[in-house]
Amino acid sequence: MTDDLIARLSDDLKPVAPAALLGRVAGFVLAGLLVSGLLMLVWLGPRPDFAGAVGTSVFWIKFGYTLLLGLVGLRAVERLGRPGASARSTLFGAIAIAAVLAVVAVAAYAGAPAEARHAMVVGSSALLCPFYIVALSLPFLVAGGALMRRLAPTNLWLAGAAVGFMAGALGAWVYSFHCTEEGLPFLAIWYSLGILVMAGIGTLLGRTWLRW
Amino acid sequence: MSALPALEERLRALMLASLAGDAAAYRKLLAELSVRLRGYFQRRLRADLSGHVEDLVQETLLAIHARRMTYDANLAFTAWFYAIARYKLVDLLRRSRRAVQVPVDDLAELLADEADATGEAVDRRDLELMLETLPEHTRTLVRKVKIEERPIAEVAEAAQMSESAVKVAVHRGVRALMARFGGRQ
Repeated sequence: MTDDLIARLSDDLKPVAPAALLGRVAGFVLAGLLVSGLLMLVWLGPRPDFAGAVGTSVFWIKFGYTLLLGLVGLRAVERLGRPGASARSTLFGAIAIAAVLAVVAVAAYAGAPAEARHAMVVGSSALLCPFYIVALSLPFLVAGGALMRRLAPTNLWLAGAAVGFMAGALGAWVYSFHCTEEGLPFLAIWYSLGILVMAGIGTLLGRTWLRW
Repeated sequence: MSALPALEERLRALMLASLAGDAAAYRKLLAELSVRLRGYFQRRLRADLSGHVEDLVQETLLAIHARRMTYDANLAFTAWFYAIARYKLVDLLRRSRRAVQVPVDDLAELLADEADATGEAVDRRDLELMLETLPEHTRTLVRKVKIEERPIAEVAEAAQMSESAVKVAVHRGVRALMARFGGRQ
């Protein structure tokens, strides 16, 4: 029986390119990006002052923070989808990125006049922001989960957390093209909250969704 | 000392050749892996699951085949292989635990439900007759835990057993009853 299986599998063997897995990761991420980006453009629309905002540093900090976290999340997805590989460095990477933003945000808050501080934290969309991030993350979550199911995660909780985190960060990145908030404390709190919510959702789904 | 690196090197070379499309190397690799998997699962599956060893070997080989792109040539092949084997083992144990627990809990409810007036409930005398078929020691434990609903810790202390030993004995007793009298599986 087992010998038959071995014969069948080896007859069925096709070469696998070394970069095959990365190609697969890229395919799923692009699919998520397409849907999430379209959703943002059609539903929320890009920020009306987009042309001017591109010249501001806050725009690029939002852009960089979320994109970097998204790339770290993708790396974690790729690591956790490979049996025997460790994703520990990605955890430290995410913590370091968040810590840098926290320091910058605290400095901005401390350096601002007292009457401007409240607006830096809550802006005008504090409660909507995490909600929109979660919504724009869902395409990435679906794509990331479908991807992970084709890999071989051996720790389903962690794999789910990584998929959720990656989805949250990339969803936040897409959202940053719509969001007009200028406060760094706002970014550090509400964007991060949206990303963490997604990591939590991914963790809860992982065990049942990612079994193989 | 040198056995493991030599094994790693040999299997890794076979894997890399397989990924490049070498069917002969792949056949050799899978044959060797199947022997190792069989030994690994045999040592770790308890008697009641030993019938699953060959299924699990085949399932793991299929997983290795379908997910071979997840092997990173920069990492150890044996670590990759072991992680998959272990995952498949844990997955089987999880599934079998669920499969066993569902019907057993059903019967446990039925046993505890002695005073229930519905036609389905087992009456006290029937229950005693059923319990009579168990060895005395197990019978006492099942009665205390499932019918008198005493805390496991208390029962364990009275019987001078560990809590987990009590749980196992009760579980086995209920399963034996289930096999003899339980119609609904």
